[in-house]
Amino acid sequence: MAKLASTFRNMALSLTVITLVAAAALAGIYMLTETRINQQKQEAELSAQKAVLNGDENGTAVKVAVDGFGGKMIVMVGFAQDGTILGYKILEHQETPGLGDKATWWFKKTDKPAQNIIGRQATGQFRVSKDGGEVDAITAATISSRAFLKAINDAYAEFKTQQGEEIEAWSGASVIMTDTVQVAEPDSTQTVEMEVQNE
Amino acid sequence: MNNGTKTFLNGILKENPTFGLVLGMCPTLATTTSAINGMSMGLATLFVLVCSNVVISLLKNLIPDKVRIPSFIVVIATFVTMVQLLMQAYLPAIYETLGLFIPLIVVNCIVLGRAEAFAAKNPVGLSALDGLGMGLGFTLSLTVLGAIREFLGTGAVFGLTVFPENYGALVFVLAPGAFICLGYLIAVMNKVLKK
Repeated sequence: MAKLASTFRNMALSLTVITLVAAAALAGIYMLTETRINQQKQEAELSAQKAVLNGDENGTAVKVAVDGFGGKMIVMVGFAQDGTILGYKILEHQETPGLGDKATWWFKKTDKPAQNIIGRQATGQFRVSKDGGEVDAITAATISSRAFLKAINDAYAEFKTQQGEEIEAWSGASVIMTDTVQVAEPDSTQTVEMEVQNE
Repeated sequence: MNNGTKTFLNGILKENPTFGLVLGMCPTLATTTSAINGMSMGLATLFVLVCSNVVISLLKNLIPDKVRIPSFIVVIATFVTMVQLLMQAYLPAIYETLGLFIPLIVVNCIVLGRAEAFAAKNPVGLSALDGLGMGLGFTLSLTVLGAIREFLGTGAVFGLTVFPENYGALVFVLAPGAFICLGYLIAVMNKVLKK
């Protein structure tokens, strides 16, 4: 068959047909994979919850988002009821491959106590040793390490406000706002803290 | 050697995308921080390359010359998106490590390069073989480059520790190390293939 000449009609026609077929093919593949992809995402989240809780049935999994070196970093942290860190998993990140992305395992190397945070009592005040803290940062990725520890601290803060209850500290739709209202009692100097939840 | 074998081997040795043609440098430099990353990127590219070569070879007479580049890009981008969706659905573990780099395959000039230089002028069978050879050549060179960088930078190959990480030269995991390794590998390949 001879090659189509480059007339305006031919060009418009062939481009239109090609893009239409491509769009149809993509729509087909999308529909085919949509449920499966959502399922995978849910499973990933469930298995992440299970993994960070490390078998502790009374533990709490907290999901937080912080700004890392390369973009948003979403971390799920598991706390035992007394605030001990049971485990963590980085669900999403854009850290530098080969450097900052080591955060996925660096802080759970139980044979390296200076960098490991699993089994430590969370304080909400974790800092890298370079900043006078108690956790060794990833070699050549201090900013990623700082971001990661901030995530752990944020998660702990959320855990404290919502102890014993599964919470999502991240994203607009499912966020639970916590306000602390102080009520002064007239005939004493004591203040009572009351937690108000707006859902 | 018959025509098919020649076409197939061409992409692996003489016109190896990385060392011979020096095309597709962006993914080459960006994804070869470890051997496994390089290999996965190579394999994903291989798949896209074979599919796009076959389809473009089939369509070559239906695409007017003046709109061939946009047409090729649409075909390539379609396959890349398909790979991305399918990987996300059925191979979530690999998708997790490669996810960021998959869309980069669209702008890999190797894919467009073979569509333009080979598939648009040759029959389907040969185009498929060319895609396969080029894809394998690309996969091999990325794996080797990744393995060398991983070894020099972290003391491991495919995640298996050879010497303690503390003795690794960090620069090889970073971008400058990619350029240094690539330069030496091209020099070595040139020396070997000149004989």
